[in-house]
Amino acid sequence: MIEQTAIKNRIKVNDMKNDSIKLIKNRSLWFDAWDRLKQDKIALVSLSIVLFYAIVALLSAMGLLAADWNEIVGPSYAAPSSEHWFGTDFLGRSVSRKIINGTQVAMSVGLISSFIAIPIGLTLGAVAGYFGKWVDEIIVWFYTTFSSIPGIMLLMSIAFVIKKFQDSLTSFFGSDFDIGLFAVFIALGLTSWVGLCRLIRGEVLKHKDREYVQAAGALGAGHFRKLVKHIIPNVTHIVIINTSLQFQIAIKSEVILSYLGLGVSGQPSWGTMINDAKEELARGVYWQLLGATLAMFVVVLAFNILGDALRDALDPKLKGKS
Amino acid sequence: MNGNLNYILRRLLYLVPVLLGVCFLIFILFNVVAPDPVHMLLGKHPSQDQIIQLREQLGLNKSLFFQYVDIVRSAFTFDFGRSWSTKQDISTMFMNGAIPSLTLTLPAFTIATFTSIFFAVIVAYFRGKGIDLFIRISCIAMMSISSLVYILVFQYFLAFKWGLFEISGYEYGFPNFLYYVSLPILIWVILSLGPDIRFYRTLILDEIYQDYVRTARAKGLSERVILFKHVLRNAMIPIVTYTVVQLPFLLLGSLLLESFFSIPGLGDMTINALNASDFPVLKAMSIFSAVAYIFFTLMQDIIYTIVDPRIKLQ
Repeated sequence: MIEQTAIKNRIKVNDMKNDSIKLIKNRSLWFDAWDRLKQDKIALVSLSIVLFYAIVALLSAMGLLAADWNEIVGPSYAAPSSEHWFGTDFLGRSVSRKIINGTQVAMSVGLISSFIAIPIGLTLGAVAGYFGKWVDEIIVWFYTTFSSIPGIMLLMSIAFVIKKFQDSLTSFFGSDFDIGLFAVFIALGLTSWVGLCRLIRGEVLKHKDREYVQAAGALGAGHFRKLVKHIIPNVTHIVIINTSLQFQIAIKSEVILSYLGLGVSGQPSWGTMINDAKEELARGVYWQLLGATLAMFVVVLAFNILGDALRDALDPKLKGKS
Repeated sequence: MNGNLNYILRRLLYLVPVLLGVCFLIFILFNVVAPDPVHMLLGKHPSQDQIIQLREQLGLNKSLFFQYVDIVRSAFTFDFGRSWSTKQDISTMFMNGAIPSLTLTLPAFTIATFTSIFFAVIVAYFRGKGIDLFIRISCIAMMSISSLVYILVFQYFLAFKWGLFEISGYEYGFPNFLYYVSLPILIWVILSLGPDIRFYRTLILDEIYQDYVRTARAKGLSERVILFKHVLRNAMIPIVTYTVVQLPFLLLGSLLLESFFSIPGLGDMTINALNASDFPVLKAMSIFSAVAYIFFTLMQDIIYTIVDPRIKLQ
C-alpha cells in the first residue's frame, strides 16, 4: 500500500511534464483530494452551506436580494411574527432582510482580506523558504515584528488609523464609499498574512531540496521556474486550508471591530446587529441578536468543519490530529 | 549547556532588531500614516500659535527620524510620556491597570487551562469513540459563536435577569473584586474551552502515536497507565511552553471583557484610549505588549531546554 502510493506520487510528479502517461493524468493531487473530500458527508454539507451563503451574498450585492432592507416595514421593535420572522429593528426595518443583506459584508470581509493576505504571505513565505540566508532572516524578522504585537491590538490600531482618513477617502471615492468596511478589509488583510507566511516558509523549506526540484534544476530550470512552477503548486494546499479558516476569523473579527466602533456603517452587517443588542437586550429585544448570531453560527461552523476536512483531504498526514 | 547559553545570548541580542521593527511599525502607523493629531486635539479652528505650541509640546516639530528615535527610546526606558486624554503618566496608568487585569485574567487562565487539559485527556483516552466526537463537535460549535454574543447573553441572563453576578463594575481588594470578576472569568473559561481542548488534544495525540507508547503497550501496561504516566508527562512539555507564551496576554487583560464589565484594567484603558484618539496610550500599549510577548517567547525557549533535556538549542 505504501509502495503503491509512493509510486503513484512519483508518477504524479513525472506527469507534470510527461504527456506519455495520459491514462492517469486525471489523478492529480487535487483529484485525489476531491475524492477524499467526497467521502466526508459533513464536509460536503459544509461546502454547500458556504456556496449557498456565497450565492446569497452575490445576489444581494447585485441588488437582487434584500435590496429593500432600508425600507420601513412595521413599528419599531416589532416581535417576530409570521410576516417578519426575526421582527423589526429600532427603525422598523425587517431584521431578516438585514441578515440576508449582511451576508455581503461577512463574505466580502473574508474574501478581500484573503486577497490581501494571500499574495503577501505566499510571496514572502516562498521567497524566504527558498532562498534562505539573509533573505530569510529579513523576512523572518519582518513577520516576527508583525506577530509581536498582539493581533487584536494591531487590528485595532490599523482600523483606527484608516478611519481617521474618513474625509479624504470619501472625497476620493465618492460619498457611497464605506470607510468602516474599507478599514475592516485592510486591517484584517494586513494582520492575517503572518500565519500563512510562516506555514508556507516551513513547507517550502522542506520542498526545496527534494528530488523533483533537483530534477527541475538539472533540466535547466532557474530559481524562478523552480519556485513558481514546481514548488508553489505543491504548497498551495496550505493556502486553501488557510483561506477557509481566514473566512471564519474575518467574520468573527468584524463583530469585535463593530463593538470597538471601527466597523461597517453604511450597510447592515452581522457585527453591527450583534453590537446593537447591547442596548436592545435590556428591553427584551432579542431577535436582532438571535438572527445575526444564527446566520453567523451556521456559516462559521461550516467554514470550521470545511477547514478541518480540507486539511484531512489535502494533507492526509495530519488526519485526525485535531 | 554552553551551547544553550550561547543561544540564549543570541536570542537576547535578537530582541533588539525585533523591538526596533515593532517601533518602526508603530511609527509608520501613528506618526507617518495617521493624520496630524494637532487638529484632532485643538478642534476645528485653532490659532497658529496654538498649533506651534502643541506641536512643540508633543514633539511633532522634530524631524521624522527623531520622532522614531523617541519611540525607540520609550520602548527601552518604558517612559511613554503622558496620556492626551487623562494627562496622567502612562507608566503609572499601566501600573494601576495591571492589577485589575490580573485579578481577572490570572484565575480565568488557570481555570481554563486545567479544565481544557482535563477534557483533552478524556478526549484522547476515548479517541475515535462517541464521546470524542461529541466533545470535538461541541468545541467547533462553541468556537463558531462570536465572543460578543457570549458576553451579551451571559450578562443578560446570569447577571441582569437572574442576579447571580454583579452586572458590571469593580472594587479593589480581596475578596471584594471576586464579586465583579467571577462572571467575566466564567465567560473567559467558556470562550477558551473550544480552541484549547482542540489544541491540547492534538498535543496529546502527537505523543500517543510515538514509538515509546507502542513499547509500553507491548510491555502490557494498561491504557490508563500509559496515558497518565507516559503520554501526559511528555505532552506536558509542549503544554507548558504553550501556556508560557500566553502569559503576556494575561497582563494585557481582555479588551472586550474589561470594557464590557467596566473593569478598570489595561484592556479597558486601551478601549478608552481608542475612543479618545489617545495616540500615546495606544502606542505605549502596542510597544508594551510587544516587549512582553518577545520576552515570554524567549522564556518559552529557555523553559523548553529545562523541561526537555533532549532539546539542544542551536
